[in-house]
Amino acid sequence: MADSEKTVDNGVNVQALLDARVALTDAPEAAKFQWRASCEWKNGTHSYSTVEGYFGLGEQHKHKTIFNFDADHPEVFASEDKGAAPVEYVLVGLASCLTAGIAAVAQNRNIQLNSVTATLEGGMDIQGILGMDSDIRNGFDGIKVSYKIDADASQKDIEALVAQSQKRSAVYDILANPTNITVEVN
Amino acid sequence: MSWCLTERAIDHVVLERGEVANSWRTERWDSLRLLTPNWQSRLPGFGYEGDDPDGYRSMPKTIEFLDRYGRVISAPVEVHTTVTSVGRNDTGYVVSTDQGDWRCRALVLASGACNIARVPALAEAVPPGIDTLSAMDYRNPDQLAHGGVLIVGAAATGTQVAHEIHLSGRPVTMSVGQHIRAPRVYRGRDLEWWMDVAGVHDERYDEIEDVNRARRVPSLQLTGTPERSTLDLNALTAIGVKMVGRMAGIRDGQAQFSGSLLNMCKMSDLKMNRLLNTIDEWAEASGMDGEVDPAHRLPPTEVEASPPLGMDLTSGEIKTVIWATGYRPDYSWLDVPVLDRKGLIRHDGGVVDASPGMYLMGMQFLRRRKSALIDGAGDDARDLGSHLAAYLDGSAEDRD
Repeated sequence: MADSEKTVDNGVNVQALLDARVALTDAPEAAKFQWRASCEWKNGTHSYSTVEGYFGLGEQHKHKTIFNFDADHPEVFASEDKGAAPVEYVLVGLASCLTAGIAAVAQNRNIQLNSVTATLEGGMDIQGILGMDSDIRNGFDGIKVSYKIDADASQKDIEALVAQSQKRSAVYDILANPTNITVEVN
Repeated sequence: MSWCLTERAIDHVVLERGEVANSWRTERWDSLRLLTPNWQSRLPGFGYEGDDPDGYRSMPKTIEFLDRYGRVISAPVEVHTTVTSVGRNDTGYVVSTDQGDWRCRALVLASGACNIARVPALAEAVPPGIDTLSAMDYRNPDQLAHGGVLIVGAAATGTQVAHEIHLSGRPVTMSVGQHIRAPRVYRGRDLEWWMDVAGVHDERYDEIEDVNRARRVPSLQLTGTPERSTLDLNALTAIGVKMVGRMAGIRDGQAQFSGSLLNMCKMSDLKMNRLLNTIDEWAEASGMDGEVDPAHRLPPTEVEASPPLGMDLTSGEIKTVIWATGYRPDYSWLDVPVLDRKGLIRHDGGVVDASPGMYLMGMQFLRRRKSALIDGAGDDARDLGSHLAAYLDGSAEDRD
């Protein structure tokens, strides 16, 4: 069966992405996006974050709905556990970014996905954040991602799919490479 | 300590692997001068009598100073005697050396805090073709290949070495993590003078909030030059040294620098200003205000808004990497179980309580903020000498 005869539908509008690439080649300024979040302290280690608007394609946008996220620390840290821990949100960000990428790349490569599940583990020695040992970093000492993918493709093609997804992932890049951070107090 | 023991008529010997002031003779770069002014090197029964109290000793002068002190107090020094192991026996310690064994009831470890260069594990990933050396191996710029130099670390060592290497025509990039900025001269007086008179140097290990943290802080960004100039990041930027963040890793020949440089600089400015506030408060409270220049603040540390996060170590631009990432003591010869899990000796202000009769000296914030300075040795030696004498009296009674 030739590729052109297959009807692959992973729910990703690849044509729109490819068209955007062409359009942005002529208008690279429109490619500049700014993603935003705001956060309000509630009590203890509990905070409430909101994601609503973003900027891109030369104008302001709003999500269809406002998304809210409770973040807290777990009870073993003597906190009230009113939300996922901030580091867990980081894992969520990586998992969802890689998974979205897998779907898009699969669509572009004419691979039908049947199921994709990922489990993530971030290792951390909390002596770092507790200031007990300056040789131990605050952040993860490593992140392990395991995918289970059922797709109409060979194991080799599935591996290539996952590799390409990492190559084009924003969150993967954010975690794997340093980023300048500017914090101001107004 | 030898002076204190002699004063108490305690029979002792000082073992020295080379000549007196061995590490000053053999483990320092050529241009180094003490960070403390001449007047501040006050040892029991000995001080500065020259005509340049505000100057900073060169290495030859430092060696001469310590050598002369050893002779003036008739310290019983056994030179060219390298300790190979220290163990316990029923009555005290057995000290094996390449010149034979010693047995003693009490033992003072004064082998220093800076025996081995601390080099981060990521050093192994530096690509071949780049020379790497630690600040301990560094002597002068002529030793280095022509071309760029990446200096990792921005405490007193990193900043001083960066300054002279950059001026030698080798463009320097400096990787900056946690550091403490300090003006050499403040309100017309040496910063060390202020820390001395305001009692900052005398703060005790059992009176400050977190002594473990205080023992780990990097050295102040100070240098001892005839011009008494300040050597902070702004001074280095002004001569063309390029600042990047803390080295986070090396991957495929690419150095990665943390995006935390802006915060590191901000924290350093905040810490410096806290110290200057302490000084100003003391000056006012002690009625010094009229005698010194008016209080002022240094301009904030200026760094690029978006410092580079990476550097290609395979491009040929960088020829040398120098690790100015600190030092650690060497206890490979110590066969007494007194080390913590980080390989440092557990002690209470220099008293090694896990092993009676054992004492430690010359470590960062051992008993006071000044403990690691030449000027700090006297007070620590008096305290520990007194404890040691009481221990010998007590253990003598035990045996009677």
